[in-house]
Amino acid sequence: MSRAARAWSRDRRSPGKSVALHLTLIAASIVSVFPVAWLVLTSLKPRQAIESASVAPIDHPTLANYTQVLGETRFLTWAANSVVVSLVTAVLGVLLAATTGYAVSRFRFPGFRSVMWMLLITQMFPVAILIVPIYNLMAGLGLINQFPSLVIAYLTSTVPFCAWMMKGYFDTVPATIDEAGRVDGLTPFGTFWRLILPLAKPGLAVAAFYSFLTAWAEVAYATAFMTGDDKYTLAVGLSQFVGQHKAEWGLLTASSVLIAIPAAVVFLLVQRHLVTGLTAGATKA
Amino acid sequence: MTADVVATGRAAPRSGARRLLARHWYAWAMTAPVVIVTLVLVGYPLVRGIYLSLTDATEATMGRTIGMNVIPPTYQFVGLKNYADILTSPEFLGRLTWTIVWTVVCVALHVSIGLGLALLLNRPMRLRSLYRVLLVLPWAVPSFVSAFIWRYLLNGEFGVVNAMLRAAGFNGIAWLDDPFWAKVSVIACNVWLGVPFMMLAMLGGLQAIPRELYEAAEVDGATPWQRFRHITLPGLSPVSSTVVLLGTIWTFNQFPVIFLLTKGGPGGSTEILVTYAYREAFEGIRNYSGSAAWGMVILALLVVMAAVYRRALRRQGEAW
Repeated sequence: MSRAARAWSRDRRSPGKSVALHLTLIAASIVSVFPVAWLVLTSLKPRQAIESASVAPIDHPTLANYTQVLGETRFLTWAANSVVVSLVTAVLGVLLAATTGYAVSRFRFPGFRSVMWMLLITQMFPVAILIVPIYNLMAGLGLINQFPSLVIAYLTSTVPFCAWMMKGYFDTVPATIDEAGRVDGLTPFGTFWRLILPLAKPGLAVAAFYSFLTAWAEVAYATAFMTGDDKYTLAVGLSQFVGQHKAEWGLLTASSVLIAIPAAVVFLLVQRHLVTGLTAGATKA
Repeated sequence: MTADVVATGRAAPRSGARRLLARHWYAWAMTAPVVIVTLVLVGYPLVRGIYLSLTDATEATMGRTIGMNVIPPTYQFVGLKNYADILTSPEFLGRLTWTIVWTVVCVALHVSIGLGLALLLNRPMRLRSLYRVLLVLPWAVPSFVSAFIWRYLLNGEFGVVNAMLRAAGFNGIAWLDDPFWAKVSVIACNVWLGVPFMMLAMLGGLQAIPRELYEAAEVDGATPWQRFRHITLPGLSPVSSTVVLLGTIWTFNQFPVIFLLTKGGPGGSTEILVTYAYREAFEGIRNYSGSAAWGMVILALLVVMAAVYRRALRRQGEAW
């Protein structure tokens, strides 16, 4: 935006409007931050204060919930499980999908429409469609309560999704680069590997990160497949804290904070790229 | 150019098969990994799911191996019985109606609040980037964590929402234990979760609209409403059509919020199709065939949605 345009619109806002604007945004920010802030506060409360209706922010701050989560529960095991499963899913998803993303971005070939349809439909699959057959197949292979079953289940949605997202990213890489590669005598694979892939690293990173997040936050497959508490992922493990018979809100809030803070920091750093990635096809037009 | 290639590809007679291969083999090789993975990991389970949905497989009739003993499956082919059961059950209409209400209300609120905030943020002002970070926060928290947070906030006994209501002189509300308020609660939680993405996407869209259009409209004496109606909305349409569809699919498939916040209760009142099919398969006596049939019904609904999406894309000029 040019300096003139900037001055143009700021000058035109009356003080009353300015106040209204900021008040609205402050109210919206409070709504958006409050639940998270309350979570952090609650995690610092002693046990008896958590299950009382007091609105007092905090009386006797304590780290007891955190020491209990880290020392007396399997939180760290679950976190490691989540990281392993998500990481493998993300890496495999991107590796498998990269060339396809490129091919559907650049070439029109017989079967192109079917591939696009396939990518579109499969990434829309809700968990309810495949979970029963995949569960039964995994049970047949003896993979229930094993990480590979989860990775396989997650790949069903991340592979098409990554391909779709990377198509959007490759679309933004100018086709003249491909032509230059071809003129220099590179095969399509050579062009992809030597010229396009290095340029598309941010796109690959976003697709990988998004797959990581999907696997990280997945609940249904993890709940159904992982039956032993040494194999739980975080989403399953945490729901054990607030089961039907007891509700350990202290443990739940402390572990939520431990999960949410690193997640939020990384997320806020990359979110601009995420939105561009998801809407790439649209903004390009 | 692309249209050309497609046309020649289509028109090639059998004698041109070799030429076709020579021309397209690398494109096919590049798509092979995804096609193979999808066929194996999605296609095969899908076919098996369709088959299961035509049988009476449950936990009891499913074959299994216990130690050395292999118990053969005893389920039988029952044709379309599961589908007939679903379509004639009162459960189906109830779940479908609530799923549609849930999706429409959530997406409408996501889009309108997201667009509103994006419009507010899309101007030079103090603290803009601070507001932006604060407003994006709900998206940054993993959704299962958010569902737990809300479950605590909305707890009838010691939840802070009720504490504030009581402090203000009202009675507390049984948020998660009353069928109506439970619906309000899951919608509120999901709206809180989903607005940031819409806001960011809309903000990106707004920034792509050329300033000059607004200045020209201003010069021509257009009112703010006219500028919004005739510049902002059309300018946003590529982005908004994409995010509305993404949002619809995400909300339709939103499992964690409902499963973790209310478990579909009280009395199934917040159960959407996806969570219902899941509980059918994995809670109580596991009814695999019934759940598989529910899955196929959901798939049919999604195919309709995909067709709508493709039409929308086509109108924008994506040629496929």
